Amino acid sequence: MKKLLIKLLSFIGLGLNIVPAMLVFSAEMTPDTCKQLMLAGTILWFVTAPSWMNKGQEDASRE
Amino acid sequence: MEKNKSLVARLNSVNEYEQEAIPANKLKGWRSFLGTYAGEHTAGTEFVIGPLFVAHGASAIDLVTGLILGNILAVLSWAFLTAKIAVKTRVTLYYLLEKIAGKRFTLIYNLVNAGLFCFLAGSMIAVAATAVGIPFDMAMPQLTDVYPNNLGWVLTVFAVGTITTIIAMFGFDQVSKFAMVAAPWMIMVFIAAALAVLPRLGVTDAGSFWSVAESTIWTGVPLEGQSKFGFWHILFFAWFCNMAMHIGMADLSLLRYAKKWQYGFSSATGVFLGHFIAWIASGILYSLFLIESEGSLTFAPGPIAYSAVGVAGAICVVVAGWTTANPTLYRAGLAIQSINPRWKTWKVTLFVGLFTTIAACFPALVMMLLEFVALYGLILMPVGAVIFIDVYLLEKMGLTSNYAQVSGKRLNSAVAVTWLVTLAFCLLLNLMVGVEIFFLGLPGWFVAVLVYVIASKITQRK
Repeated sequence: MKKLLIKLLSFIGLGLNIVPAMLVFSAEMTPDTCKQLMLAGTILWFVTAPSWMNKGQEDASRE
Repeated sequence: MEKNKSLVARLNSVNEYEQEAIPANKLKGWRSFLGTYAGEHTAGTEFVIGPLFVAHGASAIDLVTGLILGNILAVLSWAFLTAKIAVKTRVTLYYLLEKIAGKRFTLIYNLVNAGLFCFLAGSMIAVAATAVGIPFDMAMPQLTDVYPNNLGWVLTVFAVGTITTIIAMFGFDQVSKFAMVAAPWMIMVFIAAALAVLPRLGVTDAGSFWSVAESTIWTGVPLEGQSKFGFWHILFFAWFCNMAMHIGMADLSLLRYAKKWQYGFSSATGVFLGHFIAWIASGILYSLFLIESEGSLTFAPGPIAYSAVGVAGAICVVVAGWTTANPTLYRAGLAIQSINPRWKTWKVTLFVGLFTTIAACFPALVMMLLEFVALYGLILMPVGAVIFIDVYLLEKMGLTSNYAQVSGKRLNSAVAVTWLVTLAFCLLLNLMVGVEIFFLGLPGWFVAVLVYVIASKITQRK
C-alpha cells in the first residue's frame, strides 16, 4: 500500500511536469505558474521515484 | 585481481560474464531493453543537437522526414546487425574483438575509444556549465567560439568538471541509478518546455504548428557561418550518430542479454524519444531564443531551458549533461587503465577528468558536436564491419574466424590494415572529393568489408 502511494506521488510529480505546460499551450495557465508547478513536480519525482524505480532492476539481478 | 573484478562490476552490470557467454537464466526480457534504450538516448547531447539543426538551416520537412527515416535505419541496424550477432555470440564487443583482432589491437581500440569518450564527456560538462552559470550571470559561449572567452566560463567549467570527476572516482553505481530515475522526467521536461513556448512562437493550436514550423522554427536558412543541412544530412546523422553502438557493435555488450534478436527493435524507444521528440523540442526552444534575442549567436542550452520552464529546465540541463558525462568519464578511465591494470582507478579517472575538463573549456567541443559525433561513429565503424564479416562470412569462404585466438597472435594484422585503410579512404574522400563527414560511414563500411576479406585471405595464407 505504501509502495503504491509512493508510486502515485511519483506519477503526480511527473504529471506536474507536463500538464501545466499543456495548459500554458492552451492559454489556460500563465508561464510563471507553470514554472513553479514544474519545479514542485521535479522535487516530488526525485524524492519519491528513487525508492521504487531501481528496485525492479536490483531484484532482477538477484534472480 | 579481486579488486579489478569489482571495478569492472562497478563500471556496468552488463560487464558481468565478460569472458564467457551469458547463461540462459540471466537473459532479460524486452521490457528491460525498452527502458534502457529510452534512458540512454535522452541525454545532454539532445540539448545541443536539436538546436544545431536549426543553426544549420534544416527545413521543417527535411527535419521530420530525415529524422523518421534515419531513425528507422538506425533501429534496423541495431536489430539486424548488432542484436543478431549479440544473440549468436553472447559476448561483449571487447571479448569478441580480442578473439578476432588480438589483445594488442583491443588495447589500441580501447585507447582510441577512451580519447573519444573524453571529448564527449567534455562537451557534456560544458553543456551543464551553461546552466550552472545562470545564477552568476556568466557570459555564455557563442556559436562561433573556439577558445574560452572569459574567466567565469573557465571557472564554471572547472567547478562542474571537478565535481563530475570526483563522483566518477567514487560513485558510478549511484550515478547510474540516478540516471535511470532521471530519464522519464527528462523526457517530460523536454516535451513540456517545447509545449510551453509554442504560444510565444505563434502556435495557438495543433493545426497551426506546421505552418509556424516551416516559416519560423526550421526556416531552411542557416545562421551566419554555418553550413546548410538538407534532408540527406539529417537522415545520415540520425542513422549514424550512434554508429559506434549499432554498426560499430559496441551494443553487443548490452544486447547479448536479449532472449531474442528481435529485442534489438526496442532501440526504437531511444531513438524516437531522444532523437526525434527531444531534438525537435530543443530545436523549438533554440528557435524561440533566436527570435527573442534577434539572432544572437550565443549558444547556451542552460539559459534557453531556464527561459522556457524555469528552474526545472535549468536542472534538466545540468542533470542531462552530468548523467551523460559521468559514466562516459568513468568508461574512459577504465579504457586507459587497460594499459596497465595495476594503475589505481581513482588516479586514472582523476587524470582523465582533468584532461576532459580542460577540453570542456573550449566551446568548439559543443559547437562542433554534430561533426564530433559523426567522427566518433566513423572511427569505430570499421571494427563493426570486421566483426560482421568474421561472424557471418569468413568460415563460409574457407577462412578461419576468431583468427587471433586460433593462431595465438596478439595482433591480427588483417584487422589493423582494415582499420587504417578504411579511415584513410574516408579521409581522402573527405579531402579530395569533398564528401562531408556525415556521409562517409556508408561507403566506409563497404570498403572495410572488402579490405578485411582481402587482408584475411593474404594473412591467413601465410
